[in-house]
Amino acid sequence: MSSLLAFAAPLILATAEEEAGHAVVHYGDGGILAQWAWLIPVVPMVAAFAIVFFGKKSPLKGWGMAWGSMAFVAVYGVALFISNMIEGINYQGAVSIGDIGTDASGNTLGLEWGWMVDGLSIMMYTVVGVVGVLVFTYAKGYMEGDIRYTWFFASFALFGGGMLVLVSAPNLIQLIVGWELVGVSSYLLIGHYWEEHENTSAGIKAFLTNKVADVGLFIGAIIISLSVGSFRFTDIMEVVASGDTHSTLARFSFWAGVAIFIGAMGKSAQFPLHVWLPDAMAGPTPVSALMHAATMVTAGVYLVARMFPFYNTPGFADDVRWIIIIVGTLTLFLTGLIALVADDIKKVLAYSTLSQLGYMMVAMGAGAYTAGLFHLFTHAFFKSLLFLGAGSVIHAVHSNNMSDMGGLRKYMPQTYKTFMIGSLALAGIFPLAGFWSKDEILASVGFAGSNYTTAQGGAALGNFVLVVAIAGAFITAFYMTRAVSLTFFGEYKGHGHPHESPKIMTYPLIALAGFSVVVGFINIPGVTSFFTDGVAARFFAPGDHHATGLNYGLAVAGTLAAVGGIVIGYFLWFADKETQQERDKFRIPVLYPLLEHKYYIDDFYMDGIVRPLRGPVARAVDWFNGHVIDLVVNGTGVLATKVAKAVYWFDQKGVDGAINTSAAAASGAGGVLRLLQTGRVQQYVFLIVAGTVVLVAGFIIF
Amino acid sequence: MSSFENGWALTLIVFLPIAGAAVVLAVPKAREEAQKWTALLFAGVSFVLSVIVAMQFDYGDAAATQFGTRSDLTWIGAINSNYTIGIDGISLPLLVLSGFMTVLAIIYSWNHWPEPHNPKIFSALILVLATGMNGTFVALDLILFFVFFEVVLLPMYFMIGIWGDRNKIKVPVLGIETEMRLYASIKFFLFTLFGSAFMLLGFLTLYFQSGLETFNIGELAAGGLAEDALGNLAVWVFAALFLGFAVKVPMFPLHTWLPDAHTAAPTVGSVLLAAILLKLGTYAFIRIAIPILPEQAQDWAPVIGILAVIGIIYASFACLAQTDMKRLIAFSSVGHMGFVMLGISTLTDIGINAAIIGMVAHGVITGLLFFVAGSMSHRYHTRDMGRLGGNQKLMPIMGGILGFTAMASLGLPGLAGFWGEFLALLAAFNPLAGLSTTLFRTLMVLGAIGTVLTAGYMLWMLQKVNFGEPSDEWADHDLHDVDKYELAAWVPLVVATLAIGIFPRIIFGATTDAVTAMVQTVFGG
Amino acid sequence: MIVNQFLLLGAALFSIGVYGVLSRRNAVLVLLSVELMLAAVNINMVAFDRLNQDVLAGGQVFALFIIAVAAAEVGIGLAIVLLIFRNRRSANVDELDLMKL
Repeated sequence: MSSLLAFAAPLILATAEEEAGHAVVHYGDGGILAQWAWLIPVVPMVAAFAIVFFGKKSPLKGWGMAWGSMAFVAVYGVALFISNMIEGINYQGAVSIGDIGTDASGNTLGLEWGWMVDGLSIMMYTVVGVVGVLVFTYAKGYMEGDIRYTWFFASFALFGGGMLVLVSAPNLIQLIVGWELVGVSSYLLIGHYWEEHENTSAGIKAFLTNKVADVGLFIGAIIISLSVGSFRFTDIMEVVASGDTHSTLARFSFWAGVAIFIGAMGKSAQFPLHVWLPDAMAGPTPVSALMHAATMVTAGVYLVARMFPFYNTPGFADDVRWIIIIVGTLTLFLTGLIALVADDIKKVLAYSTLSQLGYMMVAMGAGAYTAGLFHLFTHAFFKSLLFLGAGSVIHAVHSNNMSDMGGLRKYMPQTYKTFMIGSLALAGIFPLAGFWSKDEILASVGFAGSNYTTAQGGAALGNFVLVVAIAGAFITAFYMTRAVSLTFFGEYKGHGHPHESPKIMTYPLIALAGFSVVVGFINIPGVTSFFTDGVAARFFAPGDHHATGLNYGLAVAGTLAAVGGIVIGYFLWFADKETQQERDKFRIPVLYPLLEHKYYIDDFYMDGIVRPLRGPVARAVDWFNGHVIDLVVNGTGVLATKVAKAVYWFDQKGVDGAINTSAAAASGAGGVLRLLQTGRVQQYVFLIVAGTVVLVAGFIIF
Repeated sequence: MSSFENGWALTLIVFLPIAGAAVVLAVPKAREEAQKWTALLFAGVSFVLSVIVAMQFDYGDAAATQFGTRSDLTWIGAINSNYTIGIDGISLPLLVLSGFMTVLAIIYSWNHWPEPHNPKIFSALILVLATGMNGTFVALDLILFFVFFEVVLLPMYFMIGIWGDRNKIKVPVLGIETEMRLYASIKFFLFTLFGSAFMLLGFLTLYFQSGLETFNIGELAAGGLAEDALGNLAVWVFAALFLGFAVKVPMFPLHTWLPDAHTAAPTVGSVLLAAILLKLGTYAFIRIAIPILPEQAQDWAPVIGILAVIGIIYASFACLAQTDMKRLIAFSSVGHMGFVMLGISTLTDIGINAAIIGMVAHGVITGLLFFVAGSMSHRYHTRDMGRLGGNQKLMPIMGGILGFTAMASLGLPGLAGFWGEFLALLAAFNPLAGLSTTLFRTLMVLGAIGTVLTAGYMLWMLQKVNFGEPSDEWADHDLHDVDKYELAAWVPLVVATLAIGIFPRIIFGATTDAVTAMVQTVFGG
Repeated sequence: MIVNQFLLLGAALFSIGVYGVLSRRNAVLVLLSVELMLAAVNINMVAFDRLNQDVLAGGQVFALFIIAVAAAEVGIGLAIVLLIFRNRRSANVDELDLMKL
């Protein structure tokens, strides 16, 4: 251990830094607990590789290593969480992995791996660790006998590692690395059953949708880091904290803010980039619970939270906030509606997740940092509970469709009870976790709404958002009532005899149900503020607009909406004996086809963008390559051959002709002249004499 | 290490392989084991020497030429051409990469001799190729550089022409039917020679018209002398060099030899072609064109940048339309080299750094992709992705490596390919002062969109090849998974991909100082 | 001094020699005619020598040289004619056209 420390010591470039101007909480450096926090992302990563290479031969087929690594993270996370509640931790460490050159103003840009230990990341470590270890426990039962059992846990551990790399990132580069690792493990796990074409297509859809959003993240990260001259969040926030509105960062902040937010929209599945998440349900249910509900999809919210001062400081990207609010609002409302018509229970939950992510984004846009994160925190528990419950049901009836379920409360009492707790928590019923977090969002939005600056869209937008958010609470309760009643009430309509899941699956459900009840209490406005203080423990002041007291008016309004949803839902489905007809009952002439086709957005992406690009455009380019560019290339070849033929003709007929002609002329002349050569000496002499006579005569005459 | 002085180490690294080729040729034809071991020995010693050089290299002074010839050894006195060699931080990673890939190519070849077999000639050709590649990276004299640059042509021509794909194709435009290998090898040779002619013209103009009468790269670059002396002619000299290098890279629209050559070439040929030969062009831009003619480089940078980004987008679309696996990977090379050229066109240290790490990463990753594609077509006897499928089920390890490499190729962060792509885009945001920021920022956005398309074709390729149920066609085929020679050749590449991805200092440690110093000297910081 | 009479004699002798060379068929007679032409030249040489009062008497010396060379020439010429006659049984000049081959 000490030798390891000695090895690590010279690599650590940055140790604890002084806290910057936040007076409420006292910060410590977290001591050895924070210094060794780099183990949090590293352990699951190492576990993932170990499972790939040794998993099949190990006694638990790899599950042990994966579970152990997540248990480690959970314990470490909870230890940090408690430590952070006692004394805020503010620490970051980094290892340089190479300088890449200098920027325009001469700063050396360096790449680093690092780990950040502050309130925000500790909260995420805790969520990933605790929910993760429960889901991993559950997965042992759920995945029993799966054809790729070991590989599943390798990918799952890779996801854990990637998520923790993301969360622990003290700089934009590491964040991007974690971001994409999460994306790729998501791709692998969605396509876990890759024999089916649909599953791999869903994986590709998730990956590509995220990749589209990553264009934004890349560009945003590039703009910000080059404007600041550093990849580190602390350096970026220093510029923001300086409030220098003439800085390079401030000049580019609108576009940088939009770009970063586009990145967040992808991972957090915000409208209109939400299309991948429902399809992602093709993956095994534990994956949906941990990745596509509790952790991975909150990465976008986490990113906005990480950059929160940037979005919240006037002169910087605060003029992006109205975009965040509108996108969040659209997401929470539109996707909530689709949950009303889905038959696949996991898709209901997926759309519900989208809707809740919309809430979180609205809170972030409204400047309610704590409220957004608190909802992220509570949602992680009850949504993973719901997914695991759904998984338990699917495990029992071997179908995802609610039309094959019904009446399961008799067969699966544990699942039924915990699912109910989760549903009520999601609906926001007092005193479960969802009530506190949703109320805080409503209160914060309401508080902020009437104070919206023009940059944020003005008071009118604020009030509109508040109304939509309350309507969203109603819809949430409504579709959850539908899901519960179709699944657990009425008559069983599936095949075989469903039975309760094994203990290894029900115990995590019970644990999560427990969390869903209690986690809300750590942040009761005006009573407890563990959460507020905890996540505020950061390197910089978040400038958060969160409500410090319970807003009774909004709490009542929100609860009424939820109760209203449950009551109407009850009359529509609960009391209905013939639930088969629910579709007909619910069918609204205009809205239903629209919802059933998911607003035609998927169709538009497929038919409007993907197919044309893959088909005609790609073929056109390929044709161009073969027939236009190669026309020049091969044409040159043809031309060269033609020219060569011409040259050869000229060579044979022209040049050789001239030479042969002169030879023939010479030979012809010789043929004539040889007649003179008779060999008779006297004739020669005669000619000589005659010539002489002629010459002499010539001389005399001329 | 006195024996390493005066260029001896580099000379050995360069000429050991060709000596090995001579020895291999001397081995009797029947003794194939002996031929393989000889080839491996000579390539291996050359590679080990390059590793020793890399370890002895003074990274604190990476910008300086090291291990060079101490005094100029006259080579061709009449034209003042000298045997000047040496390496600095820019060429060191490429030299090591070249030796590395050669050794792996020979190991892979151990039991993968393409038809018509003849390991003797084939390994001799690999060794000659190695000499050309190593020599190009150490040459500091234009004529020497030119000779090495051209030496690689011949072995590759024979590799494609003799051991290449024997399927008949109908050549578009020409309308004649011929064997793929014949068409591809001739196209490769003539295309490259076409570029080289202009390149030589450029070199000669530099020699005569600048009045300096030297081919030494350092002397020509010093103080922008050549540039000043050439005056208006310099723009055209740069254009000539550009043409010569761009064919080799290859840049759009001079790239069409590449897909044909790659598709037709035997596996090892494709690997070396992608991994090293393409780098000769980009390396020449960094080593010759930019330092000697910096102002012309600035004039031409927008053109290079635009062509690079067209290459990225264009290649991605072309990839989407491919049904042939090797051809798809070949087109993806055009796109990846587009990122490298985008980095170079920014003329900043970050951009050029990105280009170098991009070159190394592309060498490792695309090399591995061609290895895997070659092994697969060896087993399936087809490269048609429509017929493949379920490879993951038939050959799990091969499928796993293919998946890993495809991920690396699409630029997954944490693996080698990411740094080159991302940092090239990063550099494009702030190009060298004087270049149009609007243009380069547009290029940045387009390049970033290119990464989406890259991900698209790679994932669809994986879906078609690796996933799904295998077709009945393969039911009674004896498809054995990766053998030990393949593993021996591929695992080092996988490790290198991971290592560069996780710890890019392996490359940046050598290049950053050299590149920064070069950019500051050339463009005055 | 007047040399006209010698010159006329020389011209007459030379013309007779030319006539003999051109008209005679027998090689011996052709050689004799050649001797006549040489004799005509000798007469001219001596006559001009006297006319010019040459101190070194170059014309007479040349005449002596010509007589000596002519003697040798006739010797070789007759030997050739003899050989030809032996080989071909004829000394007729018209039949000696092997040179044209």
